[in-house]
Amino acid sequence: MHRETSPPILTVKDLTVAFGPMERPARAVAGLNLTLQPGEILGIAGESGSGKSTLCNAIIRTLPRSARVGGEVRYDGRQLLALSEREMRGLRGSEISMVLQNPMTSLDPLFTIGNQVDEVLRERRRQGQSNDQVTAIGLLRRVHLTAPELRLRQYPHQLSGGMRQRVLTAMATAATPRLLIADEPTTALDASIQDEILLLFREIRDRAGTAIIIVTHDLSAIRRLSDRIIVMYAGRLVEEGPTATVFSAPRHPYTRALLDSLPQVEGDTVTLKAIPGQVPNLAELPHGCAFADRCPVAIARCRTEDPTEMQLGLRHRAFCWLADTAS
Amino acid sequence: MTRVAALNASSWWSLRLRWRRRTGRPRLPVLSMALCILLIFAAVAGGAIAPFAPDEPDFTAILAPPFWMEGGSTMHLLGTDQLGRDMLSRLIGGARVSLLTAGAAVLVAGTIGVALGLIAGYLGGLVEAAIMRVVDAFLALPFILMALAFVSALGTGIGNIILVMILTNWARYARLVRSEVVSIKKRDFVLLARVAGVRPMAIALRHVLPNAMTSILVLAVLDIGRAIILESSLSFLGLGIQPPDVSWGLALAEGRTYMSVAWWLTVWPGVAIVLGVMSFNLVGDWLRASFDPRGVL
Amino acid sequence: MGPFILKRIGQTLITLLLLTILIFTLARLTGDPTPLVMPSEATDADRTFFREQYGLDRPLHEQYLVFLRNILSGDFGVSFRYREPAMNLVLAAIGPTLQLAGLSMLLAIIIGVPLGIAAALRQGSWFAAIVRGYAGLGQAMPSFWVGLMLIMLLSITLPIFPSSGYGGVANFVLPCVTLAFFASASVTLLTWANMTEAMRSDFVQMERVLGIPNRLIVLKHALRNASLPIVTYLGLQFGLLLGGAVVTERVFAWPGVGQLVVEAILNRDFPVVQASVLLTAVLFMTVNLCVDLLYAVLDPRVSA
Repeated sequence: MHRETSPPILTVKDLTVAFGPMERPARAVAGLNLTLQPGEILGIAGESGSGKSTLCNAIIRTLPRSARVGGEVRYDGRQLLALSEREMRGLRGSEISMVLQNPMTSLDPLFTIGNQVDEVLRERRRQGQSNDQVTAIGLLRRVHLTAPELRLRQYPHQLSGGMRQRVLTAMATAATPRLLIADEPTTALDASIQDEILLLFREIRDRAGTAIIIVTHDLSAIRRLSDRIIVMYAGRLVEEGPTATVFSAPRHPYTRALLDSLPQVEGDTVTLKAIPGQVPNLAELPHGCAFADRCPVAIARCRTEDPTEMQLGLRHRAFCWLADTAS
Repeated sequence: MTRVAALNASSWWSLRLRWRRRTGRPRLPVLSMALCILLIFAAVAGGAIAPFAPDEPDFTAILAPPFWMEGGSTMHLLGTDQLGRDMLSRLIGGARVSLLTAGAAVLVAGTIGVALGLIAGYLGGLVEAAIMRVVDAFLALPFILMALAFVSALGTGIGNIILVMILTNWARYARLVRSEVVSIKKRDFVLLARVAGVRPMAIALRHVLPNAMTSILVLAVLDIGRAIILESSLSFLGLGIQPPDVSWGLALAEGRTYMSVAWWLTVWPGVAIVLGVMSFNLVGDWLRASFDPRGVL
Repeated sequence: MGPFILKRIGQTLITLLLLTILIFTLARLTGDPTPLVMPSEATDADRTFFREQYGLDRPLHEQYLVFLRNILSGDFGVSFRYREPAMNLVLAAIGPTLQLAGLSMLLAIIIGVPLGIAAALRQGSWFAAIVRGYAGLGQAMPSFWVGLMLIMLLSITLPIFPSSGYGGVANFVLPCVTLAFFASASVTLLTWANMTEAMRSDFVQMERVLGIPNRLIVLKHALRNASLPIVTYLGLQFGLLLGGAVVTERVFAWPGVGQLVVEAILNRDFPVVQASVLLTAVLFMTVNLCVDLLYAVLDPRVSA
């Protein structure tokens, strides 16, 4: 892709987020590296508890105060972890924005949609990120919300989940941010609405060149939307690669298990294959590969040594001792 | 509706305590637990540990100040009242009365309230509506005023005061248990038991009650503090415990006359009430925090 | 909005009706009031006449209906002690009580709400610990003791404020502080808990990632949401204040309903007791009803 050559918009280097007591920390994110090009859509997949949401919150720096963060998050050359809260607030919403997982509760129930959209617009104007030409109605139109004039006067509870997600997306992209993080943006929505929201994200990328990180455990959403995919397990990156490559030839057993757990439709029968076992307790991870206990092909080495990065082709890598041997 | 959510006054507390439990022992609840045990011990042992009988006058030491003040002696550590009665002994006697009335009232009121709440929540329909409206009527008045209404009909003295406190308190348990039952009833395991054909009352006793028990326990412990305040308020007004029985509130009312010359007559009983109430409140808060981290109580 | 209000009003009326039954039962529990009212030298004919006049010879349910009819027309009977309609006595006393409770409530809100907000924003700090201590003390200290201690310090040791009475502005200080101390404790804890909850809500998180200034998040969104349960609770708190006023009035010789009802009980003046209790209940329930209606105005979701 042509974007390869431009400098990355986001670089995460050796990021670690730990909770709990110092002597027995639970690392929700452990030594994670990733880069994101401008205008690229990156999908992050994994079960709940794999550290996806923590990663997002670490990037935009909205983790609880009890979190201990180490490593580097570079946005456009600036180390975000070193910024003051005030500087960070100047970036949030205008340069780096986010859409949260639950549209039902992410709007203040006591104020009208118009009031809340205007509040965001005022803030963007104050920062010089937006001008008077951008109106609340215009913003709602841009996200294809029906009857925007009416919506502005309505309260959140009068809107459906899909409409609320559109409103939130409009608020998050009011100033054309260069990075948009979407944390499970479709999970709480009806299946029929999910596609429309995904299309909306693609449109935002195409129109403004916004780089998007979409976090979800819904692999089909990633397959449809993202250029590249990262699979996380127990706070670690286990496989990364172009979406098409990873979906057609997954190399980490966990990725394969995830793909197998998608509902398989053959004629009239739908089969679901759950991954056996449970996500391990982050504070008591065993030696070696975190997935070893649930892995169908684990060998002795997996339980003693942490797997190292295995380059599998252009921008395709996996952390597994067997990555280059298995099917 | 919103009222229940409004009373979760210590959800913040839960966070801190749960965090502390992992890293170290919480100190305040342990301290207050110790104080509760000390109070209960004083109430039970009573005469055995008190230096004097609570109503034993010492005419050589009328209005004697606490021992560290001029004119005080180690014989009466906290001083004496207008009849030369030993303040420390009176406080210990008061602990007995306060805890006895509070404990008895909470126990009986809890039992009645829990039973009615279970019936209301489980049976639903008209029975529930009837019971809950009666509950509302009993909660329609600020509790001191309700207690006064009952006192006016029943009279004063330890027995009547316990009765009054039962009458003013049972409704809160009924309301709590009913709402617990209603919410537990919807959970899977209760539905399953129902489908399996277990009789309603058996389900209520076997499944619902144990689940609601922690909230009941928390309410009961917090109620002891409330009951101590209620009893001492009534006694202070002259409508509670009557002499020759001793009570902290009564001692305060009697000491009031001598406030300008003998501060210890009003200060000590008050300190006893505050420590007693606070220790039960803290233990209750702590129990709530450990059992009910989301704070629905 | 309609059905919600009607339902609440209906509930309130039923509760009130049950309360009258309760009060009536209590009144009858105390036995025949004749000997209390009639002088000891009264003849049997006099007593019979009295019983007939007050309907005491009729069956209980009839007596209750008479009682109900009388109180609906504002007739609670004549005070045995003052020989005046009980209703008038209570109405005269309710003013000072409302002044005391109202002012204390105001003071409690002025102290409690900012303390609660500040503590919620500084979770786990020393400041929060001190606020927690203040609230814990306020909840555990009975108001009559606080009142006595204030009198001891500020009117006996340092004669600044009058220790009792009603009339001047100075008279208000000690009783109001006494009551407000107790009430501000619960207001503080309640604000604290609800602010904490509001600050953890998804929309606050969303506003954060949108770069909305903290001031707006806290004072506009979180506070408005936290205020809903707080407003509801203030209604209940007002009831607790009325209760606390009973005792506080006794300490400061305040000529309110509390003073009146305690005197009446000590003198077995039942019409006055009944009138005070029922009128206070009506007052309390009206306040709570208004609060619920206010809630419907504040929360757009309820009106649906």
